[in-house]
Amino acid sequence: MEQAQDTLLREFEEKIECGFAIEPKDRMPAGYRKHLVRQMSQHAHSEVIGMQPEGNWVTRAPSLRAKQILLAKIQDEGGHGLYLYSAAETLGVSRDELIEQLHTGKAKYSNIFNYPALSWADIGAIGWLVDGAAIVNQVSLQRTSYGPYSRAMVRICKEESFHQRQGYEIMAKMMAGTADQKAMAQDAMNRWWWPSLMMFGPHDSDSPHTGDAFKWKIKRHSNDELRQKFIDKTVQQAEVIGLTIPDKDLKWNEEKKCYDHGEINWEEFSRVIGGDGPCNKQRMEHHISVHNEGAWVREAAEAYSAKQQYSKNV
Amino acid sequence: MTEQQALYKYSLRLGDNALILSARLSEWCSNAPFLEEDLAVTNMALDLIGRAQAMLKYAGEVDGNSKTEDDLAYRRGERDYYNNLIMELPNGDFAYTMVRQLFVSTFELFFYEELQKSTDATLAAIAAKTLKEVKYHHLHAKDWVIRLGDGTEESNRRVQQAVNQLWMYTGELFEMDGTDALLMKDGIAVNAEHLKMGWIQMVTQILALANIELPADGYMQSGSRMGIHTEHLGHILSEMQYLQRAYPDATW
Ligand SMILES: [Fe+2]
Ligand SMILES: [Fe+2]
Ligand SMILES: [Fe+2]
Repeated sequence: MEQAQDTLLREFEEKIECGFAIEPKDRMPAGYRKHLVRQMSQHAHSEVIGMQPEGNWVTRAPSLRAKQILLAKIQDEGGHGLYLYSAAETLGVSRDELIEQLHTGKAKYSNIFNYPALSWADIGAIGWLVDGAAIVNQVSLQRTSYGPYSRAMVRICKEESFHQRQGYEIMAKMMAGTADQKAMAQDAMNRWWWPSLMMFGPHDSDSPHTGDAFKWKIKRHSNDELRQKFIDKTVQQAEVIGLTIPDKDLKWNEEKKCYDHGEINWEEFSRVIGGDGPCNKQRMEHHISVHNEGAWVREAAEAYSAKQQYSKNV
Repeated sequence: MTEQQALYKYSLRLGDNALILSARLSEWCSNAPFLEEDLAVTNMALDLIGRAQAMLKYAGEVDGNSKTEDDLAYRRGERDYYNNLIMELPNGDFAYTMVRQLFVSTFELFFYEELQKSTDATLAAIAAKTLKEVKYHHLHAKDWVIRLGDGTEESNRRVQQAVNQLWMYTGELFEMDGTDALLMKDGIAVNAEHLKMGWIQMVTQILALANIELPADGYMQSGSRMGIHTEHLGHILSEMQYLQRAYPDATW
């Protein structure tokens, strides 16, 4: 038995080694499945919980065009949540179960959405920095080893780059505007920069999941590699529109051809992950209460379709 | 009133209806009973913003005071808004929102079918595009009202309650005033009164499928043609107009 397991694992790993995608019907080690369910559901939940901070500005968007872009963006994120839930379902776990895990705290979502969206500039900062950071991660995941996940990422990445541009456009417009607008934009930058860097997770030296995820090609680049990529592309964009990066230690490293950055506040990171961020409770309570309030609608829809099914059969 | 003034007011009214209903629908964003429905309601809100943009832009052009659609949406007080009261009522529960959507989209189905034939080319073009969207809104609302009406006891009760509460706001949809009369002479405006029979028939049919009783005839609320609204509109506008009012020199 054990030997059969070993052969199975070896075959699986050879397949991965040769660059084949793993598909839902393929045999896969329990650890691989578990890792994917955890990562994909966390990703799906992030898309959905991320709708809340942006949703906070829908009724206050300052122009018809701004409102249209914001609503369409949030709609995209919900759509990403849907693809990812479906992709996770191919591993034999239902959306209901995943939502249940979210509500009990067993499943996580991206820490970044535990920060509040306080001004209109935050909508710019979220699109530009948060979606910008997400893209770096998701581009890398387009080549992840699990087929349905990688295909979902390809679809999602196309839309994310729109979001990033639209967010940047908001920031650029505000930086070209009145003194109040500039101050708002810089304030948003100051508040979102560090949490955006934290989106990539702990330094490689402290990252607990790195081993298997790499061997199985779920993860293709390390946290620090991805973070560096994000910093390097973003610093210039900030400079172009006159925003200051709130890091006095940030400077170009001529030797390494990339930016060195200051110390990330990992204490804040673990505090927010641990549940004591500014919005953790609000986000979760909102999701739970909306879910519970909608129960009668879902029950009615089920009752109705059961009746339809029944009368079809009679 | 000149024809130009009438046309301005008419486009404004149609734009305001779309704008205010889109404001209400967009409040469902991240609040819907499940994810697919969140996206569906947002879709309708997006269609309505597009329609509001087109109508208000046209109103600005007709008026000739170089006001943009944003000026009209974000710098007008509630007494100068002309949307029907039903659009501004708070969302209530999901049944309430869907019943409103059914009442409104059924009306719009008939209305935009006619407005397509307007002698005013711009209104006719906007109407043709709108009609395609409204057909989908109507289908969506109809499916939900039937599903909920014929779902569980609770959902049936909620739909019936929504129908009872919203009924007195439906009369206003068919109201006509001097603006309509003036524009109808040249075939620009739709005779809304003529749409009433078709509307009643279609709504009655759908509510019957949903096991919902039609309310008895009663008093119909009115006022929006004169810019007299419910208390709710002011709150929609104060949120919507907040940034434009707080930073009047800024562009966004
Ligand atoms: Fe995202
Ligand atoms: Fe997304
Ligand atoms: Fe996005």
